[in-house]
Amino acid sequence: MPAGPRQLSGEAVAAPVAAAVPDAILRATDEWVEVRPERIADVLRFLHDDADLDARQLSNLCAVDRHDRFEVVYHLQSLDRNHQIVVKAIVGEHDEPSLPSATAVYKGALLQEREVYDLMGVRFEGHPDLRRMFLWEGYPGFPLRKDFLQIPEHHPGLPKFPFEESGVQAR
Amino acid sequence: MTAATEPYVLNIGPQHPSTHGVFRLRVVMDGERIQDVEMVVGYLHRSMEKLAEERTYTQNIPFTDRADYLAAMSGNLGYCLAVERLAGVEVPERASYLRVIFAELQRIASHSMANGTFVNDAGAWQTPLMYMFRERERILDLFEMTCGARLTTNYMRIGGVAFDPPEEFYPAIESLVDELPERIEEYAELLVDNEILLARGRGVGIISAEDAINGSLVGPMLRGSGVPWDLRKAEPYCGYDRFDFEIPVGRQGDAYDRFLVRLEEVRQSTKIIRQALDGLPSGPHKTQIPLALRPDPGEAYARVEGPRGELGFYVVSDGGSAPFRFHIRAPSLINLSLLREMAIGASLPDAIVALGSVDIVVGEIDR
Repeated sequence: MPAGPRQLSGEAVAAPVAAAVPDAILRATDEWVEVRPERIADVLRFLHDDADLDARQLSNLCAVDRHDRFEVVYHLQSLDRNHQIVVKAIVGEHDEPSLPSATAVYKGALLQEREVYDLMGVRFEGHPDLRRMFLWEGYPGFPLRKDFLQIPEHHPGLPKFPFEESGVQAR
Repeated sequence: MTAATEPYVLNIGPQHPSTHGVFRLRVVMDGERIQDVEMVVGYLHRSMEKLAEERTYTQNIPFTDRADYLAAMSGNLGYCLAVERLAGVEVPERASYLRVIFAELQRIASHSMANGTFVNDAGAWQTPLMYMFRERERILDLFEMTCGARLTTNYMRIGGVAFDPPEEFYPAIESLVDELPERIEEYAELLVDNEILLARGRGVGIISAEDAINGSLVGPMLRGSGVPWDLRKAEPYCGYDRFDFEIPVGRQGDAYDRFLVRLEEVRQSTKIIRQALDGLPSGPHKTQIPLALRPDPGEAYARVEGPRGELGFYVVSDGGSAPFRFHIRAPSLINLSLLREMAIGASLPDAIVALGSVDIVVGEIDR
């Protein structure tokens, strides 16, 4: 699978995390490690403080709407050891998703969690200032959700490109 | 006798020269001191991440021009790298060199703009900015002769670059690269150790290395605080490990240090362009990819060192011809995570200088 050149495999991260934060790990692949959403803040705290994993910077935080669940993805960076760790928390609840905030561990999560809340509607419990950011308070709905303004049975664009089978190439 | 003061709210922007675009600050002042600051953004929100879910991978490249419109090439590059990683597309050697040349030209253009507007904010009204626009103008001319556009370049493609530069490109870039060191010395003489700039920039908006890392700061903000972190060295893409260059760092982490870091990065970029021009191989500038690229389900996160720092693209595929999820990790937005730390307790003019040293582009904040 396509992983970053300096990315630690999920299995390598899962073992020390499982030892320190019991029953937090749900699954580990060669790319990422999935943790129980309610334990995410503890896991991030451990990854941040641990000398070997050394995830001192939260480089990216975003969420993916999978129709019935939300994946919140954390890309963590170690500057001293130069590796990247990918952690996912999958929230099964689709109407009112929420999970603990990472702001106590990373100040860099302040704006990124606000962005996810604004556009995806995922609540981060414990965030000091969780408000809409790009849109205004009271905006109806969360536009990055897949069901936002969805027309039933409608798929954008053509199902296939004209002459796709004949091997037309992009210019 | 001391008079009692009462806090009041001051609104800066969204239409204000020192906010560099439609960006609004709501500042609570107590006399001359800032008690609290809140940023109000979204005036330029175009919802690119949603729009991208209905367009093919190639059709999404123009969005990356319009996110950070002062560094369109870097945006193009980061996105193409992410899709290439997702779909497993190989890039020819010549295309990698051309990408490096254009990304570094873009860095020079963007840093010239950043430094020019920074000294503008510090009170050197327009003159240094116009000096720096002179070089930026020549770089934009190079872009124009190669891809027809000056700002929204739409130049990189998945698997390479859109066009080989024309014949007249090479003498023009040679003369630019030959002249740049001299020009940079001119700016350095004009601005480095300039008494006004030192008075306005030293000790303003200080961020410690520890805070910079914890606050997810990247690029010149992080390096200004003394952390030698540059993705071109840490995670070389496009063969940056072939080139010899240094990472400048600041010592105090204040606005002036960030200015110095950017100035030195322009020097280093010139060095990289010189080496890339000398080593530019011949061959194809693009790999052919299918019109409807359908990567296998999966995800990829690729990042480049843009002028403002780590510019990341997180692309998720569900096997269709459009990305299932397209997320831009925008350094302009995330570099503002510590805005309150920089501004609270400072005077208003100092906060303007601190904000100027962050080098925000509102198109990238709002997306």
